[in-house]
Amino acid sequence: MRYLPLTDSDRSAMLEVIGASDIDALFVDVPPEAQLDGPIRGLPMHASEMAVEQHMRRLSKQNLAAADAPFFLGAGAYRHHVPASVDHLIQRGEFLTAYTPYQPEIAQGTLQMLFEFQSQVARLYGCAVANSSMYDGSTACWEAVAMASRVTKRSRVVLSGALHPHYAEVVRTMAKFTDDKIAGAQPALQAQPDNAGLIARIDEATSCVVVQYPDILGRLPNLAEIADAAHAKGALLIVVNTEPVALGAITSPGELGADIVVGEGQSIGVGLQFGGPYLGLFAVRDPKHVRQMPGRLCGETVDADGKRGFVLTLSTREQHIRREKATSNICTNSGLCALAFSVHMTLLGETGLRQLAAENHRLACLAADTLAAVPGVRVLNDTFFNEFTILLEKDARAIVRDLAEDGVLAGVSLGRLYPDLADLAGGLLVAVTETTTEEDIHALAAALKEKLA
Amino acid sequence: MSRYFTEDHEWIDVEGDTATVGITDYAQGQLGDIVFVELPDVGAMVDKGKDAAVVESVKAASDVYAPISGEVVESNSALDDDPALVNTSPEEDGWFFKLTIGDKAELDGLMDAKAYANFVESL
Amino acid sequence: MSAPNKTGWKPAMNADGEMMAVTATYTGNRALMLDEALIFEIGSTETTGVDLPDAPLPAANRLGGFERRDPIGLPGLSEPETVRHYTRLSRQNYAIDLGLFPLGSCTMKHNPRLNEKVARMPGFADVHPLQPVGTVRGALEVMNELAFWLIELTGMHGVAMSPKAGAHGELCGILCIRAALEARGDARKVVLCPESAHGTNPATAAFAGYQVEDIPATAEGRVDLEALKARLGPDVAAVMITNPNTCGLFERDMKAISDAVHEAGAFVYCDGANFNAIVGRVRPGDLGVDAMHINLHKTFSTPHGGGGPGSGPVVLSEALSPYGPLPFTARTADGVVHLVEEENTGAFDHTQSFGRMTAFHGQMGMFTRALTYILSHGADGLKQVSEDAVLNANYILRSLEDVLHAPFAASGPCMHEAIFGDKGFAAGLSTLDLAKGLIDEGFHPMTMYFPLVVHGAMLVEPTETESKAALDQFIGALRSVAERAIAGDESLKTAPHFAPRRRLDETLAARKPVLAWSDPGMD
Repeated sequence: MRYLPLTDSDRSAMLEVIGASDIDALFVDVPPEAQLDGPIRGLPMHASEMAVEQHMRRLSKQNLAAADAPFFLGAGAYRHHVPASVDHLIQRGEFLTAYTPYQPEIAQGTLQMLFEFQSQVARLYGCAVANSSMYDGSTACWEAVAMASRVTKRSRVVLSGALHPHYAEVVRTMAKFTDDKIAGAQPALQAQPDNAGLIARIDEATSCVVVQYPDILGRLPNLAEIADAAHAKGALLIVVNTEPVALGAITSPGELGADIVVGEGQSIGVGLQFGGPYLGLFAVRDPKHVRQMPGRLCGETVDADGKRGFVLTLSTREQHIRREKATSNICTNSGLCALAFSVHMTLLGETGLRQLAAENHRLACLAADTLAAVPGVRVLNDTFFNEFTILLEKDARAIVRDLAEDGVLAGVSLGRLYPDLADLAGGLLVAVTETTTEEDIHALAAALKEKLA
Repeated sequence: MSRYFTEDHEWIDVEGDTATVGITDYAQGQLGDIVFVELPDVGAMVDKGKDAAVVESVKAASDVYAPISGEVVESNSALDDDPALVNTSPEEDGWFFKLTIGDKAELDGLMDAKAYANFVESL
Repeated sequence: MSAPNKTGWKPAMNADGEMMAVTATYTGNRALMLDEALIFEIGSTETTGVDLPDAPLPAANRLGGFERRDPIGLPGLSEPETVRHYTRLSRQNYAIDLGLFPLGSCTMKHNPRLNEKVARMPGFADVHPLQPVGTVRGALEVMNELAFWLIELTGMHGVAMSPKAGAHGELCGILCIRAALEARGDARKVVLCPESAHGTNPATAAFAGYQVEDIPATAEGRVDLEALKARLGPDVAAVMITNPNTCGLFERDMKAISDAVHEAGAFVYCDGANFNAIVGRVRPGDLGVDAMHINLHKTFSTPHGGGGPGSGPVVLSEALSPYGPLPFTARTADGVVHLVEEENTGAFDHTQSFGRMTAFHGQMGMFTRALTYILSHGADGLKQVSEDAVLNANYILRSLEDVLHAPFAASGPCMHEAIFGDKGFAAGLSTLDLAKGLIDEGFHPMTMYFPLVVHGAMLVEPTETESKAALDQFIGALRSVAERAIAGDESLKTAPHFAPRRRLDETLAARKPVLAWSDPGMD
């Protein structure tokens, strides 16, 4: 077996050193009735690399890859071009096959990268400090809610109706097991987000207000207004961003008054991967909140010779020290995805990120205008970045399924996200990135025209 | 003014109706380099024997218990900028917080300096 | 092998015992030891390593006045500079690709490159989680096939695939338990964990609203069954046990423990971090376990990636399966694999789910890798995996027990990891010093100071992917460093001497946290 270096003569020699007659003697503490009498039934015996690759390739081919169709899906996961050097660098064995940097003298590569990553995320979000990443945007969102309860010692959580429904569901699920009380809402199909309605729900018991920016329908809420209202009641503003490329074009949440900014970093460097692994981003605007943050933090220090170096720090917040009093039970970050993000962001730089954002927005505007001209289609949004909602005169989910059979991946229907809300059934989220061509846009318009006729 | 000690290695100075609380020299020696002290908010009520503050070294976080019940009237803001004061001056400049004394009878079970020295000796 | 300690050799001396001349270089680099500045120091906001249209945002944009006006401050590098920057950083890392990585409980085994190739096939890497299910049949098939084998390998009833890492899986398992108890109107308050448990266990139980109490251990390092039985009662919701445990021992009484726990109306959570020791040979389901997370990176070779991403599917007993989280896959009689989400729980008889733990379906990129690994090894290979892992650990234990204190050596064979303590070290020398000395020998240290039940614990897990030659070299190095620790070699206290950095000042880092770059001259 190609992954096992020991030969039978090695095994015999080692058993002799141990003083065991055979391998079974080493499993003597496992009661015989708990041991299988042979290899697991049903599972084939070991297979060659070629045979396994062929099997997996067959399964891979049963999927329609985004690159093989006009593709308009978003809703929290976006398809962007990832430069070839990103994947090359994250596959270097020294990154890929390293562990959590608990021995900093021989992990400066990972640690310096994490310090750079934290600094990039903090700047992108307009915050003072970012952690070294969480599992994904939705779990980061819950962790932010839990942190807000610790900071404010309050427990009423106000969710915007335009927060990604899966994020809201994660928060609701986790809150069942804590003291937090969730005040949610349903999204309303309006051209502008309902800021007034949201602000009216904030009261003196509110620990935090959770707002997505751009929101699930693609709209841009006025964060500064919500921040002022939240702060006036002593609540924190948590802003969720699921498309970091947007922040190359729009003002960062931290600059607009958000206290905690969380989001999904998948757009930069990570790829779609059918939903994971992704990259949870987590940052705080005010450094005084650092000790209430969840997750790993990397910090700068010096070594015994006075040379600059980096270590994991403030670990007394974490489970391996604080045990039942930890800020979170999280025990990893999304290290390799953080590396992919950081490499891609370094390749982009400020100039590249702004160009990328401008190109996304230009194509999204083109798509919105093109689709608005299709009979039976109305564009909902006044504002958007690279994703917007169109309203169809027919059930959007059925149309998306139909179009997929014709080889067009038309977007994410609101029916898929909100199966219980019949009044949203005509809604379709359309995301456009630099990977979308003008031909793709015209193909979508033509396909919709045909289906709506 | 009189000083009392607890078996959890806190000291408490009593002066009139207020008391000052910190951790002992022995405690700071056991903890090593202190990197952070989390202090109770002014106005908070603390209960005898319950968590009142947290003291952190690089690899450990330890709760500091209130030796008596009362209302916190001041916390040592100098520790925010310089937590090392707990190492360099644990029983003077490195004090943690001051509180009102709710019930003087709660002081009865505490040790004096000599008893505490014997207690540490016995560990 | 020569015996440098007996001659009084120290790392800063040459073979003749003279202090080596240290020659400074202009750059501060030493041949292949290359320091690398931060991207914030070498990059600029004007530089970019991508070619994109250089067009500003149109004036007639749809950003509603929120367009960014101020700079962000993100440095860019050209592609050659980027490749060099990260390549240089990579060379300051230890990795399994470089050598044996004996972190007990963490399981650093070889990461097969076929796994990487498969995960990057466009049909897996370039599909969106919300595509119509008709366009992702193969991806659902991978999830379902992996789920099937995880159930078979553990002898359980169901599996929740969405947890994003081991600790997330633990949370999933405990939430299933709480949901099951609530469904029968039973508000129990206490979760029992052994003192030797991973810190995630009590942290998880506390998050789920439980009080955590210790389970006593016997002197030989196992759960004290009689003491556990005495503590069980109507207030205990669950017992969390790691098996094989963190002392590297199999819990012989596991079945009796499970029976007692079930009799008391509670559930058994097994921390599956050490499943790699028994995979293919023992099925936790046969031992009465109700829930167990599987760290795919430990047992099924997905890469650790410098600290993640992980993946933590949770296998569940029949009693807990109805409460598992959404979404998951299910195959119907017609052979079609479906995605079960909030809307179709009724059709799949799963209306008691406790909810959703993450936005999408779980760590697909890790599922493809783990399935590739399972199929590569097959039934015979997986059995050999656990046998070789246990053989290698026992070889290390018996090769070093004469020099290092092995507190449980008399408790029988170890499983996949060997535990040592610092008893016998010269005054002033610690496990930490030994670990740093091992770095100079070209090895990553073992897990230190865990579990807490052994003083100065050193938990050594070689894994099955090491050759005998690699093990022998490691044993020789550890023996040498241990002898230096026992002899009181002061040079260990300043080790490592040859790493890219000497010991780092963690006190400074924690007292004055610098967690992000700030431009010189800025506050």
